[in-house]
Amino acid sequence: MKTVTLAHGNGGAENQELISKVFYKAFKNEILTKSEDAAVIEDGNLAFTTDSFTVSPLFFNGADIGKLSICGTCNDLAMMGAKPKYLTCSVIIEEGFEIKSLEKIVKSMKNELEINGAIIVSGDTKVVPKGSVDKIFINTTGIGQILQKGISSNLISSEDIIIVSRDIGCHGATIFAAREGMDMNSDLKSDCASLYPQIKALIEAGIKITALRDATRGGVSAVLNEWANQSDICIEVQEDKIPISDEVKGICELLGFEPMSLANEGTFVMAIKKEEALKALEVLQKFENSNNACIIGEVTQQYPKKVVLNSAWGTKRFLELPTGELLPRIC
Amino acid sequence: MQLELKDLYDGFRDAKTIKAYKKIIEEDAKKLNRTINIMEVCGGHTHTIMKYGIPQLLPSNIKFIHGPGCPVCIMPKERIDHAYILSMQDDVILVTLGDMIKVPGSNGSLQDARSKGADVRFVYSPMDCLKIAKENPTKKIIFFAIGFETTTPMTAALLDIVIKQEIKNIFFHINHVTVPEVMRELIDSRDEHVDSYNHNIDAFLGPSHVSVISGSKIYEEFPKNYKKPVVVAGFEPVDVMQAISMIVKQFCEDRCELEIEYKRLVTYEGNIKAQELINKYFQKVCLFKWRGLGNIKDSGLKLKAEYSKYDAEVIYKEILPIEEIEDHKLCICSDILRGMASPTDCTIFGTACKPNKPVGSCMVSSEGACAAYYKYGNLLK
Repeated sequence: MKTVTLAHGNGGAENQELISKVFYKAFKNEILTKSEDAAVIEDGNLAFTTDSFTVSPLFFNGADIGKLSICGTCNDLAMMGAKPKYLTCSVIIEEGFEIKSLEKIVKSMKNELEINGAIIVSGDTKVVPKGSVDKIFINTTGIGQILQKGISSNLISSEDIIIVSRDIGCHGATIFAAREGMDMNSDLKSDCASLYPQIKALIEAGIKITALRDATRGGVSAVLNEWANQSDICIEVQEDKIPISDEVKGICELLGFEPMSLANEGTFVMAIKKEEALKALEVLQKFENSNNACIIGEVTQQYPKKVVLNSAWGTKRFLELPTGELLPRIC
Repeated sequence: MQLELKDLYDGFRDAKTIKAYKKIIEEDAKKLNRTINIMEVCGGHTHTIMKYGIPQLLPSNIKFIHGPGCPVCIMPKERIDHAYILSMQDDVILVTLGDMIKVPGSNGSLQDARSKGADVRFVYSPMDCLKIAKENPTKKIIFFAIGFETTTPMTAALLDIVIKQEIKNIFFHINHVTVPEVMRELIDSRDEHVDSYNHNIDAFLGPSHVSVISGSKIYEEFPKNYKKPVVVAGFEPVDVMQAISMIVKQFCEDRCELEIEYKRLVTYEGNIKAQELINKYFQKVCLFKWRGLGNIKDSGLKLKAEYSKYDAEVIYKEILPIEEIEDHKLCICSDILRGMASPTDCTIFGTACKPNKPVGSCMVSSEGACAAYYKYGNLLK
């Protein structure tokens, strides 16, 4: 690892290597090394997180960078069972950026803050010469109040089963289709959405959640691998149970991608005790954004620290962490 | 009829059909008193076989051996170095397909070149070069063309447009290779150490996309002259299972033929228009070096001399090295590509050689045998 490449930002193996060998090495502490979606601080009462957003194109079917920048941070808080409360917002803008586009982005941010019941309480603006950034970069940092304590990806056991909140890969597939100007006649749209309403409903229904994680970069594949590793368990997934839309499957077919590795921005994975699963599904399926939530797998001890994908025709293979830059296959 | 995206895969991954073929193959394989080694020539098939766990469905006397058909894996370091050097020119935008940018040359990969400031872009179609050329009129767009018969017509089509529209800033570095020549090489090559033609190939699974262009006719010589059956197969698990059952049936019935499983698109003659376009602009090169396999007679294509003003290899002759580079000593890709060894036989497999830091050619692209074993092969029976 001599220089940083795009592969180091893939949410997969190289990304983890960069984080552990450079950042964790320097900043190591008990809170950070738990590797949760948000840091749990102040005796487990507060969740604290930060995220930066760069996306091309800035506006895409289903969302834009503004909505993304609020959803991303609020979702990280929600994944620790927290209600998003206070956010900061820092923007780095390229010289020449249109004010009209900026206003559109900020309006999206405002709408999404309202859904979460959160407010921006501090911010920063930098303008840099043309070419120094790609149009606009946004960083948001958030603090949330934890409503259910003890949610952790380090505590998953054989008593848990794995639920995915909706069909996967929509965001990644939409961005690829938009970026490469693929002229597609489809309803493909990013899943970008705030997840706090669903988490709130689960907690209010008295459901005890073991672990939650939104499947952003690296997709469901990265989440399951991280969980298997952190909790020293084997996660066995039934391939035909994973909800994937025809559009996403089609894009993956054309470009040679795995839907399980594609990014999501409004989809989460949940580990929950078997006896609570049906009740949780009932709550989730009432939401439009998670009306096809379903159980995709179970926790076993067959291959600790590994994720096993079982096919409908009786074969099995490991589902590995995504590696390298996501590139289309040649033929 | 409008083609829906789901038509690309629907039905071809049906569990019932796959299980039915499993049963047929098992029954037929019982009638054989020997092991059948089937070489899938194409990396796309290797990828499918490993991803869908096909070996787990087959009886122990039906085995796969993995062929050399991955255009990324077989690209020798010399050619990658060319791409790297071209990309580092101030006024050049180097364009290529997909994961070609990950392949390491002597100085690093195109990905490394990009992190050092080179303008390297990957495209889904060579036609995207037209847009890049228009948006960057002061730059020279060099298309680093790779692939088998499948991707060659698109390169030819791009050149056709460049000539007809008199576009001045698109150039070509041609690395197109052909399938039958390498198949012949695998059967004909002699192992110097044991002084024998000791390949293990009993039959071939022919890549369907190649035959969509070239027709199934390009494989005719293998059953005829070499007594190796060929079944041209699609890339879905149902396709592969059906093709395997067709091959096993041939052995059971003591036949040796060229058959097409992928009848939905492949014909004997292929796409004549595409073949004409290729013949118009390309000619065979006497020797093309394959990473891991060395020089193979007539296995590559280059632009005809009359189109040399579009040929980056000619234009940049002064700065492109011609010295040959040896493959890594510990790497056994050569044996793997010839079907004589399995990826797991290699001492550096998964240790010094991994997909994100490949030493040998088979670990480079997701379609290489070693990369497929690394990614999907841990639960093989």
